[in-house]
Amino acid sequence: MFARGLKRKCSEEEAPADPLQRQSLLDMSLVKLQLCHMLAEPNLCRSVLIANTVRQIQEEMTQDGSWCLPGPQTAGRLPRDRLVSTEILCRSARAGPPQAPDPADLASALQAVPAIQVPGAVPAGPWGRAGPGESRGGFPRSLDQVFETLESHSPGAVEELFSDVDGPYYDLDAVLTGMVGGAKSGPEGLETFASAAARPPGTGCKADLGELDHVVEILVET
Amino acid sequence: MVLQPAERHCGDWSHRRLGPWCSPTGSPAPLSCETGCGEGTWILVCRLLVPTQVSLLSMEEDIDTRKINNSFLRDHSYATEADIISTVEFNHTGELLATGDKGGRVVIFQREQESKNQVHRRGEYNVYSTFQSHEPEFDYLKSLEIEEKINKIRWLPQQNAAYFLLSTNDKTVKLWKVSERDKRPEGYNLKDEEGRLRDPATITTLRVPVLRPMDLMVEATPRRVFANAHTYHINSISVNSDYETYMSADDLRINLWNFEITNQSFNIVDIKPANMEELTEVITAAEFHPHHCNTFVYSSSKGTIRLCDMRAPALCDRHTKFFEEPEDPSNRSFFSEIISSISDVKFSHSGRYIMTRDYLTVKVWDLNMENRPIETYQVHDYLRSKLCSLYENDCIFDKFECVWNGSDSVIMTGSYNNFFRMFDRNTKRDVTLEASRENSKPRAILKPRKVCVGGKRRKDEISVDSLDFSKKILHTAWHPSENIIAVAATNNLYIFQDKVN
Repeated sequence: MFARGLKRKCSEEEAPADPLQRQSLLDMSLVKLQLCHMLAEPNLCRSVLIANTVRQIQEEMTQDGSWCLPGPQTAGRLPRDRLVSTEILCRSARAGPPQAPDPADLASALQAVPAIQVPGAVPAGPWGRAGPGESRGGFPRSLDQVFETLESHSPGAVEELFSDVDGPYYDLDAVLTGMVGGAKSGPEGLETFASAAARPPGTGCKADLGELDHVVEILVET
Repeated sequence: MVLQPAERHCGDWSHRRLGPWCSPTGSPAPLSCETGCGEGTWILVCRLLVPTQVSLLSMEEDIDTRKINNSFLRDHSYATEADIISTVEFNHTGELLATGDKGGRVVIFQREQESKNQVHRRGEYNVYSTFQSHEPEFDYLKSLEIEEKINKIRWLPQQNAAYFLLSTNDKTVKLWKVSERDKRPEGYNLKDEEGRLRDPATITTLRVPVLRPMDLMVEATPRRVFANAHTYHINSISVNSDYETYMSADDLRINLWNFEITNQSFNIVDIKPANMEELTEVITAAEFHPHHCNTFVYSSSKGTIRLCDMRAPALCDRHTKFFEEPEDPSNRSFFSEIISSISDVKFSHSGRYIMTRDYLTVKVWDLNMENRPIETYQVHDYLRSKLCSLYENDCIFDKFECVWNGSDSVIMTGSYNNFFRMFDRNTKRDVTLEASRENSKPRAILKPRKVCVGGKRRKDEISVDSLDFSKKILHTAWHPSENIIAVAATNNLYIFQDKVN
């Protein structure tokens, strides 16, 4: 049930204590948040809990001095709204062949993944509705923006959210869903994910970011 | 939707007219096992399959279509995701047991009447009524689909011959009336035998129709629809002890309704921050005090409980009492907050205590002591070292419910692998039982289960790594006065009874 790879990462302790484990937990959380917002209507409680976890990790990493942004190196504390460096996430928007996934496949993939909070996914779900509209860039810029879109106080808010999604994100969605669906069925999927999220020790931040790109690249190409 | 039960008593209503609801602390029916769960033995009474939904057009169509027309029992291997039970609730006498499922359906079971010929059949529950409560909807403004899954059912106390219940999905609460009809008017002479209106010129007499007995029919009709009051997903409904009002709670707000008025509600709690970017806490559950109609509690994702008094200012953002246990610094981890998030809160029948369920524990709080719970029970502490994996596969977000027995001496909650746990508050003993098809023959005694946490695994034990995390018992219910419990496992409803000698 539990992937061996993940066991190495979060072994017998409650939570990852060393930076590697912490980093992989952060990556996992960010992916979860992104997946959250691609669903029809995100589960607010789950989103809030994951976001709080992300904040907690980042605060600790900031205190350790192990958090840094790409580009000009800045040491020490950073403004809060830059903590979630979604540049990482934006970069993951690779220009793959934009093909809309078969809605029926998605629906069945979603149905096979009860662990993902899919609120009554319909074949003509968000993927069907949010057609290949004009993209306005990558993922939401910050955690805060994520919550703004959750609120959906303006009628077009959700459309905005989805129109932010590039064509290639359809693949990411299908893949992530399929991947976790595969993961539920056996440890192999989890191992893939875990090993993809693994990083050699002693690498710096830039390598970390590159590693995350690598992760997403693997996911997209799977 | 109308069902015809197999056989029924007809006649006067006296046997159905129930006395005024009284608090089970003065319960007339002594519990069969006053010593609680530790000494009692539980047997399976029956396993009920929520009838599979079959579409009218289903012959060629995919079996996953949600539309329902007829329902009939099938083997569970044909069960669809729509049959997953999402809520279970006994009514105030325990005569009826309602389930709601993911497909928006409500199925009500009724207890078999006691009969001298078939004493052993008492305690069984049979289908009484089935109806489609909620349909999937589409919110055009937000371009989102609204799930039809029934999140909660709550019964109203019975005040006449009909039964009333509230059922809710994410956005809309409905009041349903379930009533029996055993007479029908006959003798109209305005239509001919085929139902066509007769030519008025041919009608020379006016015949008054007469009520004649008929086979019993159970009808469910929607009496009120309380809609458009919740921006976020409704997680709780609770009927007030005044029987005139009820509340509905979503992630950020709680509204107070009058049963008679559907086009407006009072907002009594609002924790939405002015700037959504500052949102760090949501409401997870809410309930009215069983006796004091001005008092209610709500729990949060940060593991806190707030008790509010509506006699204070109308908007109960400022609580009267605030219950929070200080964090144990030695147990602190990145998952501390997630596992402290309260998934259910329930008042005891006496109204003196509240019980909360978080991911790993059940806690009992005294209303007079806010700084810590008076009792803490470990549900499955062996999962504490697996939190990272449970976070990865999302199991850590599962919302388990918890229930009191009628005398508030035993509490029950679910776990994984179709296990459920009971804790006797007096003897401090606990038991783990399993609701599973393979291991239960009717009337067989349930064998206590044990999870092996390391070291040598004994013969009947199961190791933590062998647990099936897809089989989770989230919803359970306890009869208000007897030791009868209902346990929902996916699309199966198990009814267990404490064995009476």
